[in-house]
Amino acid sequence: MDQHRPYRSFVSYIDRSREYYAAQGYLRPYTWAHHDDVPFAPLQKPLSECRVGLVTTAGRTPADGAIGIGPLKRELYAAPADPPPLHLFTDDLFWDKQATHTDDVDSFLPVNRLAEYAASGRIGSASPRFYGVPTDYSHGRTLQRSAPQILEWCREDGLDAVLLAAL
Amino acid sequence: MSLVARHLEGQGVPTVVMGCARDIVEECGVARFLFTDFPLGNPCGKPRDTQMQLSIVGNALNLLDRAWMPRTTVQTPFHWDSDAWRDAFMRVDDGNREALARAGEERRRRQAEFRTGG
Repeated sequence: MDQHRPYRSFVSYIDRSREYYAAQGYLRPYTWAHHDDVPFAPLQKPLSECRVGLVTTAGRTPADGAIGIGPLKRELYAAPADPPPLHLFTDDLFWDKQATHTDDVDSFLPVNRLAEYAASGRIGSASPRFYGVPTDYSHGRTLQRSAPQILEWCREDGLDAVLLAAL
Repeated sequence: MSLVARHLEGQGVPTVVMGCARDIVEECGVARFLFTDFPLGNPCGKPRDTQMQLSIVGNALNLLDRAWMPRTTVQTPFHWDSDAWRDAFMRVDDGNREALARAGEERRRRQAEFRTGG
């Protein structure tokens, strides 16, 4: 529908979450990552010859602990893509539980859809594993622990490209 | 997730971030971003809508193939059934301000109990 609007349409989660937690008495706002420079790696061969992998923020086990109370232990993991997972754990993650649900794994980790693209020849193959990286509000832990481990798994599985979907 | 994508790109692995939180991903800065303007939770398409999911993953693959510079954002053409979620999510207004303040106090009390082993 064509309209004129005096505001931007998409939700700013940086603004929304800052105001929400301020209303709960948290006056020092979370600081989000911001970078001026962005690395870029071009695809090195035709997509039809590439092995493509997937990364999700969902867990394969329930998170250990309660949100906001003490440390919430989430697992960094690699899991088989075949057979595809029928369910992953998302209750501890930040998403809109009033508006939607995550009962269909492919709505946030398109493991079956990617396999279909491999079967049709659009990509060379889908990775035999997908990877789970917990949402960690510590930039340092993400950069020092999670990101290098995901890279190592990508290399073990011979991936040429990766799709990362955050809930 | 955007930080992981940046690390992979820096080590020569091309990536596409698929997501619904446009400002968070774009502030961080990633090579390729496929944005779907849905409530958080279904960045790869509505649950049980196989055709939509195929289209979104297909667009992610196109982006892998065709982007020629970083910070390339493509928005998928899909819309949620209604826009009610936009204002409802994490809403703060006079109707819930006191309840949110109480919830914050309760959470801090439980955190303090946790720290003291209570």
